[in-house]
Amino acid sequence: MSKYTPKSSELKKEFEEKPTILKGDYLDKEWWDIPVEFRDGNWCFPAKPEVVENLGFPNPRKWTATDSDWKLPVGWEKTISEGLKSRLKKYRSLKLFLDSCVRCGACADKCHFFLGTGDPKNMPVVRAELLRSVYRHDFPLVEKILTGFSGSRKLSAEIIKEWHMYFNQCTECRRCSVFCPFGIDTAEITMLARELLNLIGVNNNWILEPVSNCNRTGNHLGIEPHTFVQNIESLAEDIEDLTGVKVEPTFNRKGAEVLFITPSGDVFGDPGVYTMMGYLLLFHHIGLDYTISTYASEGGNFGMFTSNDMMKKLNAKMYHEAKRLGVKWILGGECGHMWRVVHQYMDTMNGPADFLEMPVSPITGTRFTNAASTKMVHIAEFTADLIYHKKLKLDPKRNDHLRTTFHDSCNIARGMGMFDEPRYVLQQVCNTFHEMPDNTIREQTFCCGSGSGLNTEEYMEIRMRGGLPRANAVKHVKEKHQVNSLVTICAIDRASLPTLMNYWVPGVSVYGLHELVGNALVMQGEKKRTEDLRENPMAGFTKGDDDEE
Amino acid sequence: MKKVFLPLLMVSVLAFIPYVGVHYAGLGYLFGVVLPYLAMAVLLGGFLFRMVDWLRRPVPFCIPTTCGQEKSLDWIQQDKLESPSSFLYAAARVLTEVLFFRSLFRNTKAKMHKGPTLAYGSSKWLWLGGLGFHWSLLVIVLRHSRFFLVMVPDSLQLLDEADRFFDITLPAFYLTDALVLATVTFLVLRRLRDSKMQVISLPADFFPLFLIIAIIIAGISMRYVTKVDVMPVKALMLNLVNFGFEPPGEIGTLFYVHLFLVCMLAIYFPFSKLMHSGAIFLSPTRNQCNNSRAKRHSNPWNSAIKFRTYSEYEDDYREKMKKAKLPVDKQ
Repeated sequence: MSKYTPKSSELKKEFEEKPTILKGDYLDKEWWDIPVEFRDGNWCFPAKPEVVENLGFPNPRKWTATDSDWKLPVGWEKTISEGLKSRLKKYRSLKLFLDSCVRCGACADKCHFFLGTGDPKNMPVVRAELLRSVYRHDFPLVEKILTGFSGSRKLSAEIIKEWHMYFNQCTECRRCSVFCPFGIDTAEITMLARELLNLIGVNNNWILEPVSNCNRTGNHLGIEPHTFVQNIESLAEDIEDLTGVKVEPTFNRKGAEVLFITPSGDVFGDPGVYTMMGYLLLFHHIGLDYTISTYASEGGNFGMFTSNDMMKKLNAKMYHEAKRLGVKWILGGECGHMWRVVHQYMDTMNGPADFLEMPVSPITGTRFTNAASTKMVHIAEFTADLIYHKKLKLDPKRNDHLRTTFHDSCNIARGMGMFDEPRYVLQQVCNTFHEMPDNTIREQTFCCGSGSGLNTEEYMEIRMRGGLPRANAVKHVKEKHQVNSLVTICAIDRASLPTLMNYWVPGVSVYGLHELVGNALVMQGEKKRTEDLRENPMAGFTKGDDDEE
Repeated sequence: MKKVFLPLLMVSVLAFIPYVGVHYAGLGYLFGVVLPYLAMAVLLGGFLFRMVDWLRRPVPFCIPTTCGQEKSLDWIQQDKLESPSSFLYAAARVLTEVLFFRSLFRNTKAKMHKGPTLAYGSSKWLWLGGLGFHWSLLVIVLRHSRFFLVMVPDSLQLLDEADRFFDITLPAFYLTDALVLATVTFLVLRRLRDSKMQVISLPADFFPLFLIIAIIIAGISMRYVTKVDVMPVKALMLNLVNFGFEPPGEIGTLFYVHLFLVCMLAIYFPFSKLMHSGAIFLSPTRNQCNNSRAKRHSNPWNSAIKFRTYSEYEDDYREKMKKAKLPVDKQ
């Protein structure tokens, strides 16, 4: 365990003994009087100067959050204040959300970071107040007469530090927005606040480096085309070893019917690669005419955690490549924020995609009218439709060694509204499924604690704290129903939840939905299966046993 | 607790002003005629300005918070209200928010037990208190129309009678008077007693609550205690709604306190968080349809950006791509 991870026994002790407002203890000061303290485990490394330069972003320099002087550029106050003003003109949402909060407190205990830290500034209402208080200072009429009446503050370097800390303790998960009577969305506020911080070079390397990579190589991990191909081909070899079936994905192939785009974590990261194997098996099973691009080789979009323009710039590759290859429509893999971008931003930013056709499943003939304009279909929708029309040969018993529960990813849940398709697929490919408690699933789902570009090693303490509510709900079903598998449809979840499970709920493994689909698929010409895609033995499929049905 | 005493002091001072102004300085005309016109003008003008100011700002993206199943495959049941795909349902989503505080109804209270184990209990008090408060205020405002209209329509007459259902005092006791006092007290107390509310509350949160309490107390006292003569009050109000400038007749000072505080509330309204009453209709996370993949939402300022094109990419990686047997556009 790294130096950035506190012992779980220490955290447990803190939760039991330390007084917090979450437990009903009163705070002896106002939130704005609480100093900001950076220590190991609660800040992300700032972007390397060369990364910032490469992106053409302002103020590249060497600095760390624990420095007292952050070397902000000359005139940074003006940059922030004008940046805020121009965004207020561009976004009705920002203006409304800053103006209309009544501080009713409904959101206060809905944030996973608040639940895991007890820190008053992690209540969504206060997170917004961090910005709102500075915004109010621009309208000082009442404030001049009555100091402190509406809690306004003059912008200072200390406030920038506070913003950096707390707008990076928000994963833009939108859970608070579900409970807010006015629908105030802290994700929107955090997105724009991070945009402002980037204007003065207050940034996060784990976000900006992937952005820079993605711009250059096409994907966050910075994988160059030949390596990208090699990796998927080695996954195809693994599939052949395991099943005896040779899958043959194509790359950058013009004239394919479908362009398949998934987060690069599925190509390189464990356990994402098993999900990738699942996709490859599925596409082979149904004989889909598809291709994978090495240029648009990233489904995710860390631009979203940087600035609006960067989101658009990285996303533009999808349509650009679809047009170049002449495909009919795009199929997207399992990812959370990727789908927030694809569902709510892509068509507006980079559309209209009039060079593509209405997505139609070549196997079932289903017209995906819900994607009529974007022309991009989610793999869970696609697979659910296949299963519903009985086009897949499945043996759910092959997942009998897995007792599953499903983690709704924030963006898929609250930024897209897809709940039932993945559940349907999951229940068709495995026999044991138990839901976590009501207040922790579907639109009330809890974030993994590492979303929005915070999935970095040096941030481990905050991640483990933020992930506590999710882990707690998993623990509940583990104890009650002996659940041992957490299934999810998000690449960041697949990367971060294993660490979280190890920390809070050892004994639970993390799976992608299509990994389980891959396990269950009965392929034509396959050899006898005894192991799942991870080469773990499947229950009741011992070697030598005859298992013909 | 400066943030409680400051607004308390402000409201006390405000309540005192008309008392001195009318009782000692004889400024009945100022407080009874000039100020109400001014306050109404500020309220209406200010409210309108704020709404227009919001409305003229673009909504660049389609960002509903989806709290239910989206419209997708035919056999998957859509949650039409929480993930609306048509204007009608989006409108219904907003209206149920306005009329019934639907999102607040979801409210839970998180508790940290030993373990650590988190538990989320149902917590409907804020919903109930908030709903009771707002609906009572509405009924009370509607009831007041009998001062502004020569002939009170039957519907309002009926509302008034229903509100006097518990006919136990003289003059008859209004249910909403009790309800509004109870709920507003609850709203103040939770800000003082709940550890989280204490942190997030600002003087600007207590001020309107105290102001409303003062208005209610003055109103109730007029009706049940000092029994202000309503005829000159009605005459003054009818004069005002007909844009007349007749000076007010002989009316008890308490009425001026009530009226002045209402005027202050009206003036304060457009500059404050009370504008949530207008904002709730515009909230893009609630009033937009979740159909952004089916129908393109356009952004008036969609910024022009330069992205790295495929040909630039291929120029950089051509040799590597050829080695990996990837097709290239240029040899």
